[in-house]
Amino acid sequence: MFFEEITILKQHGKQFIPDVTKPELPGPFKGRPEISTLEVDEDALAALCPTHAIGKSPVSIDMGKCVMCGECAFAYPAKVKFTKDYKIATNVRERLIVKAGDLQPILIDANLIRQEIQGLYGRSLKLRQISAAGANADEAELNACGNVNFDMGRFGIEFLASPRHCDGIVITGPVSENMAEAVQVCYDAVPDPKLIILVGTDAISGGIHAGSGALDRKFLEKYPIDLYVPGNPPHPLTFVNGVLALVREKKK
Amino acid sequence: METFTETDQHVVIKNQGTVPLRLIPVLPYNVFLSDVLALLQNSKNHCVNYYAFPYADKLKFICCIADDEAGNLKVLSHEQSLQREVQLISIAKDSFPLHIFEREISENFGVEFINSPWNKPLRYAFNRADRSKVINDYPFYRIKSDELHEVGVGPIHAGVIEPGHFRFLCNGETVLHLEIQLGWQHRGVEHTYLKKSTVLQRTVLSESIAADTAVGHATAFATLMESLGGIQINDRLVIERTIGLELERIAMHIGDLSNMCVGLAYQLGASVFGALRTPTINFAQLWCGNRFGKGLIRVGGTHYPLSPDLIDSLSKFLDNFEPRFRTMANETFALPSALMRLENIGTVTKTQMELIGAVGMAARMTGIQRDIRQSHPFGAYSLVPYETVANITTGDVWARALLRRLEIEKSINYIRTLIGKMQSINEPPSKPAQDRDIKLNPEALTISLVEGWRGEICHSAITDNEGEILHYKVKDPSAHNWMALALSLRDLEISDFPINNKSYSLSYCGHDL
Repeated sequence: MFFEEITILKQHGKQFIPDVTKPELPGPFKGRPEISTLEVDEDALAALCPTHAIGKSPVSIDMGKCVMCGECAFAYPAKVKFTKDYKIATNVRERLIVKAGDLQPILIDANLIRQEIQGLYGRSLKLRQISAAGANADEAELNACGNVNFDMGRFGIEFLASPRHCDGIVITGPVSENMAEAVQVCYDAVPDPKLIILVGTDAISGGIHAGSGALDRKFLEKYPIDLYVPGNPPHPLTFVNGVLALVREKKK
Repeated sequence: METFTETDQHVVIKNQGTVPLRLIPVLPYNVFLSDVLALLQNSKNHCVNYYAFPYADKLKFICCIADDEAGNLKVLSHEQSLQREVQLISIAKDSFPLHIFEREISENFGVEFINSPWNKPLRYAFNRADRSKVINDYPFYRIKSDELHEVGVGPIHAGVIEPGHFRFLCNGETVLHLEIQLGWQHRGVEHTYLKKSTVLQRTVLSESIAADTAVGHATAFATLMESLGGIQINDRLVIERTIGLELERIAMHIGDLSNMCVGLAYQLGASVFGALRTPTINFAQLWCGNRFGKGLIRVGGTHYPLSPDLIDSLSKFLDNFEPRFRTMANETFALPSALMRLENIGTVTKTQMELIGAVGMAARMTGIQRDIRQSHPFGAYSLVPYETVANITTGDVWARALLRRLEIEKSINYIRTLIGKMQSINEPPSKPAQDRDIKLNPEALTISLVEGWRGEICHSAITDNEGEILHYKVKDPSAHNWMALALSLRDLEISDFPINNKSYSLSYCGHDL
């Protein structure tokens, strides 16, 4: 038994990512898109998108609606390219809309972070996760944020069971009508001041389910959203970097 | 079009076969009922789908029964006028697995099933017949007694997990019965299939039915469309998809072993199995850019063929994964303190699983060899036979853990065999089919069964006279298997719930749609 445990330790070694801001992701990962100013048939390009995330004149991609299928980039490789930049979480909804010619990273605007949460959670942030019709990919990636690789616990970020012990809620999924009341009850149980973080395309815009009669997204219109974490599902590094920026960035 | 045979009572098709709708005999309800029951008397048959949909001015019922020995599917139908209130004798009264389907038909169309064994709403679908019934008013079973108490948990649970409500009826520490109430995750998926018009939208939708089974559901959808549209795909694509399915199985099984170790409070297992999941899903990302395999499966082709470089990486991943997995699994399954929380906990019997119509892992852990890969082979399983794990019979948490271990080992070997098979294939990869290239057969029905990591996934579609999809039906393996969890909890303590729930790892959104 003892020797086997040594074998296990040897086989695995150190698993954690020392600096979560640095790793390069393998394969054709789709992060922040870059759209060239090349002229294309914009109607045809926009019509490709399964979630109507592509806007026209100038061409833009709304990362809050994009499901990262990459169809636009396959059809128009000279027009649309997805970079591997996974730091795409922001507190400003409009910043998720990437326009032709935009090559800048998507950032948090520290000046727009609400006054009452500024500087409060830099060392400890406890969150209550609510899956409101999430399909279990967003949830699995949030769980992965706490595993031995990403280990966000080292930054004081943790998911807890009781909303009473939490500083905010993290919503995944497009928010079904059947979950609407539970979301409200849970939010009300969190003491003030409190954050709302939306994780995944489904939560931010409804994603492929947008417009379905089974959803009730009124809750999201009632309160300010403190962080949008786009992705289908978002990579754990998108979430960890986004939350760290939100709680640690200083006003300029 | 696929071959099929007709009798006076039903048509017989193969898995992923298509049949013209007019050839399915429409039976009077009493004949329909007795035929369905007669078929289900035989334990080699099980019902993979039973649904109703508005058809002209009628309500059309389709029942599909799989013959696991002959490897074919029998389709029966019945029609009812929508003009008046419909009352039918329940089939579920004598064949319990059908209660899921009857509850759905009852909820959606207001059909009343007489003597139904479980006459309660299934998921509070948004387009249900009676909108005055709401999810917070679900009629739980109760026992009137001063001795007993009830414990309600959910819809929101302690962990980062999907919502569902669990109601425990307890006598002191002992759980007499657990009732599971779902529906919280309902997004109207089947309705959205009809509202979305492009094949890409419908594929993306399939990937989000249960995103932990993105490859499984997308494969069921893609093969269904290919059958309905008469689209031929090459062996290369068939093998690549199957590798995707088996990788998904490895990733989810190892993740669940990690979760079960969390439930045991066994830190080493939780960390190491969790760490082993990372390279598994990272290979999926290397392959198609998404850790859950979203984007990999497309109708008629793929954007991400498995290149020689990728095959090389896949082999290296398996070679690295296997010994690390073996050491940790050996350690876990020999650890007395772990076995104490696995063995004889949450035991269900083979008879119980046959009664509730359990599929996939929930059936196999009691010795029922129900596996679509073996009984109704599709994809590469028809090129290279897959032999399902058959020697686990104890039906406890240990059985569910051990089944995962054995299935992971089998999947590794099976992927290696498929990699060998890839070497002899010189076909070029094909691109996904575009909407303009897809012409679906009009007035036809297709059924597609895929063995996902949880069990059998069934997609079924019916087209109208112009070849547009008129009705789309999804059945996730969890639909039947939730009842297995409820049965497991009997006579245990509530504190045994987490380890049992993790050992089944069922889908909430797959059930709720």
